[in-house]
Amino acid sequence: MNAPLGPPLIDVEHLTMRFGGLLAVDDVSFVARPQEITAIIGPNGAGKTTVFNCITGFYKPTIGRLTLRGGDRDYLLERMQGHEIGQRAKVARTFQNIRLFPAMTVLENLMVAQHNKLMHASGWSVFGLLGLRRYRRAEEEGVELARGWLERIALIDDADRPAGELPYGAQRRLEIARAMCTEPRLLCLDEPAAGLNPHESAALNRLLVSIRERDGVGVLLIEHDMSVVMNISDHVIVLDYGRKIAEGPPAEVQSDPAVIRAYLGTDDEAING
Amino acid sequence: MAARLPSMLKDAGLTAFVAAALGVFVVGFRTVDVGRGLTFDYHLVDLAIAVVTIFFGRLGLSLAANGLRWPAMVLGAAMIAAGASPLELPSGFLHWFVALGGVLLVIRGAWPWANDAMSVAARSPAGVVLGRAGAKWSGWLLLAAAVAMPFTPFGDQKTMDLGVLILTYVMLGWGLNIVVGLAGLLDLGYVAFYAVGAYSYALLSTQHGLGFWTVLPLAGMMAAAFGIVLGFPVLRLRGDYLAIVTLGFGEIIRLVILNWFDLTNGPAGIGSIPGPTLFGAVFAETAPAGKQTVSEMLGIPFDGIHRLIFLYYIILLLALITNLFTQRMRRLPVGRAWEALREDETACRALGINPTNTKLTAFAVGAMFAGFAGSFFAAKQRFISPESFVFIESAIILAIVVLGGMGSQIGVVLAAVLLIGLPEWFRDLGNYRMLAFGLAMVLIMVFRPRGLVAHREPSLRLHPANRGDGR
Amino acid sequence: MAYFSQQLINAITLGAIYGLIAIGYTMVYGIIGMINFAHGEVFMIGAFISLIGFMICSMLGIGSAPVAILLVLLLAMAFSAVYGWAIERTAYRPLRGSFRLAPLISAIGVSIALQNYVQLVQGARPKPGGNVVSGGFNLFSADGFDVRITWLQIIIVVVTVVLMAGFTWLIARTSLGRRQRACEQDMKMAALLGVDVDRTISLTFVLGAALAAVAGMLFLMYYGVIDFFIGFLAGIKAFTAAVLGGIGSLPGAMLGGLLIGLIEVFWAAYFSSEYKDVAAFAILVLVLIFRPSGLLGKPEIEKV
Repeated sequence: MNAPLGPPLIDVEHLTMRFGGLLAVDDVSFVARPQEITAIIGPNGAGKTTVFNCITGFYKPTIGRLTLRGGDRDYLLERMQGHEIGQRAKVARTFQNIRLFPAMTVLENLMVAQHNKLMHASGWSVFGLLGLRRYRRAEEEGVELARGWLERIALIDDADRPAGELPYGAQRRLEIARAMCTEPRLLCLDEPAAGLNPHESAALNRLLVSIRERDGVGVLLIEHDMSVVMNISDHVIVLDYGRKIAEGPPAEVQSDPAVIRAYLGTDDEAING
Repeated sequence: MAARLPSMLKDAGLTAFVAAALGVFVVGFRTVDVGRGLTFDYHLVDLAIAVVTIFFGRLGLSLAANGLRWPAMVLGAAMIAAGASPLELPSGFLHWFVALGGVLLVIRGAWPWANDAMSVAARSPAGVVLGRAGAKWSGWLLLAAAVAMPFTPFGDQKTMDLGVLILTYVMLGWGLNIVVGLAGLLDLGYVAFYAVGAYSYALLSTQHGLGFWTVLPLAGMMAAAFGIVLGFPVLRLRGDYLAIVTLGFGEIIRLVILNWFDLTNGPAGIGSIPGPTLFGAVFAETAPAGKQTVSEMLGIPFDGIHRLIFLYYIILLLALITNLFTQRMRRLPVGRAWEALREDETACRALGINPTNTKLTAFAVGAMFAGFAGSFFAAKQRFISPESFVFIESAIILAIVVLGGMGSQIGVVLAAVLLIGLPEWFRDLGNYRMLAFGLAMVLIMVFRPRGLVAHREPSLRLHPANRGDGR
Repeated sequence: MAYFSQQLINAITLGAIYGLIAIGYTMVYGIIGMINFAHGEVFMIGAFISLIGFMICSMLGIGSAPVAILLVLLLAMAFSAVYGWAIERTAYRPLRGSFRLAPLISAIGVSIALQNYVQLVQGARPKPGGNVVSGGFNLFSADGFDVRITWLQIIIVVVTVVLMAGFTWLIARTSLGRRQRACEQDMKMAALLGVDVDRTISLTFVLGAALAAVAGMLFLMYYGVIDFFIGFLAGIKAFTAAVLGGIGSLPGAMLGGLLIGLIEVFWAAYFSSEYKDVAAFAILVLVLIFRPSGLLGKPEIEKV
């Protein structure tokens, strides 16, 4: 990866999150670039999910500026409401504990992701209620987008099954596909490999790489599974006790003594994958 | 098996003991008015018999749960015999109590066999065909029956009255279904929008002479406006809190109606509300000056039941509109967003859906249909007072939605027939009706929380539905 | 000034009663996160048991008021506690794994069932009774108005304060209280550490019911008449008190009760008595909209 650094997709500056007396994130700054996979790693409690929650609008940062560079303008995420971040800044995320819509089918989950686009096309339901062709066409296009993703994640046969019935690995893939159906600029994945066996992790890697190559989004992910982090990340950021202790390409980070020390009690083997 | 008998007996004994403790004062010592004070009417014997019944009932349930189904059913039969016998029990109620306890035991004992038999039947080729046909056609059949009903031998005054009552609750159930069933917002104050609709029509018709059909859309808009105003500040609250706040709003509106004498005439209510007209013709024996009666217009002899039939078809039409609207909305992004919100609000936010606006639309649309229903109610009754809009009404409508299976349209119909229709037929149940109602709500939640119709039909399919396994 | 003082005395008395009921709501919410919609009905049943208890006492010829009060108190507490236990056991415990709103719907069913149960067995008419304590004395006079405090009002406040103190000691100092607080904070962890969670939850309901029963007895003595419907209104107001004070906080419940008592009495005294119930509902709505964590509660952070 010796290409010249392009403009960042998201620019996190001096992010600090304080909960009462607890300092969860302490002056963390980093950038993630478009069409790159950036991983945030660190021991448990390092503040990784808190950083995510700040970026995606679930927490209001105590201090910090989070700039998302859209095509034509910049978005200051720390000033935006939760749903606006998804809607206007086009930042999508998945969750540590899978949050699908279990009673709705796989296809419906993917259609809900296209809500804003379809709402607009349905004229805030008016065209839809009148059954106008304009809406029906938009819905068909939405189904096609969903179909494409179902094929990529190999769930096309399960399209009409309730999402809650799927096995765990399939649910994880579905959650990622659903996030991608919002056609985001930045995809934030919170421990996408959690609970996956090595076979499934490898498939996840392939999916994420294909997302990076084909869909032109930037991926920001939190992970513990080093086979995912080391094999596919372009850039790794290491947090410990709320502070950034290292950052750089995977090879550099995994031999950084500060990082090894942070994972105290863990063998070098575990970090080298 | 025998080894578990002592623990079963102990269990039954404990249950009986608790029942005795619960009832000893409240049931055993009944206070009755005498002069200006109270005295006791002792019912300790009643209580003792009830406790004994509970002991055997619990024992029977334990037997059945442990596989001893025949002993349970025999015990049940004995209880039915005891209840039905001419034995002199202190009160009629006890006869029923014992007998029903026995029926419960027999059903519980036979349940596994019945359940297995039903599963086998459902999986048989005939069963599968019947099942799919039933799911597809049952709605249409019910509709056909409803449309035809006034012209069948069943179409007498009493049945028609009941039909109108049930259809009103069906419409309210379908309206609340949008809020509770689809969007997952527990609204305990739904009756407030019903009241807004009713009082809108009552006031606009009696004071400004507007007709039913003119006011109907206005009432809906008024109710929807109330929905937006009330919903806006509270819809970001969590489930239980939202429930209590909506309850509070419902009560506030009722109390305001009750006390704002100048506007609403207070507890005395508003009377002489004109009924709906058919193209300007009134349903009466004679018409006021300048108007026609329906009998004159259609050239048929006057019969009081015409008005009732007309009302019946109006509420049927309104209910159907509610249903069609809901079905349509479910297939639109906003309807899907409602359901997604119910499933997981956090995920919705992450997908860029504005939860507050989405909830607000559900709330306002639900309120609008309650407003329509309220207008109809005022036009039908021709007299309304705050007493019709108490909290228990909201609870009943909620029970209909929950029993029906949240989100299911046909479930609401079944639940309304059961919860409204059945007790009306058994008028002599009287006060016991509400007690049974409360118990039913608890039992449904404990044993079948997903309601009568637990199946959810997807709003769209990728593959056509042609496989027999329900996909 | 005199009028104000009289209203103040009345308000504190009423507030004490609400506070006792509010504790039940706040404890149950604190430990299992559910609104026990049926709690108001337990208060109502406590009032009825008290009524029956007083009647039995007079039939047995127990002339001494303190003895009668003590006996009825224990009776009402014990038997209402059984109701509290039975309700949790049959209507809430089976729903612990179910969807979020299931216990609330079940609680509404219990509330309706209990109201109608009492209405059926005891009749729908208001029942007078409980006039065991009478008399009082004048505190002072001003503007031709006597400010009077009755013995009953003193008893109510004293009983409430004693129970509050006892309860606070129970929660803070005994192992029972520790177990309760542990379950409130982290139920799974408490279970792993050997706390019998089921029993602790049952105990919470039992204690809450007992306090509600005391409130019922005091209510009966204060107003002299009860009916099957008093639970609904008192329940809502007490729940408002619990939320106002900060749900999950014991001192909050008492503070909330006091505030609701003050608001209700002063609103009725100075504005309009017909709309005093509206005032209570309006407070509920306003608190939940603007400060759902209440006065003494902690704002909840959403866990994602």
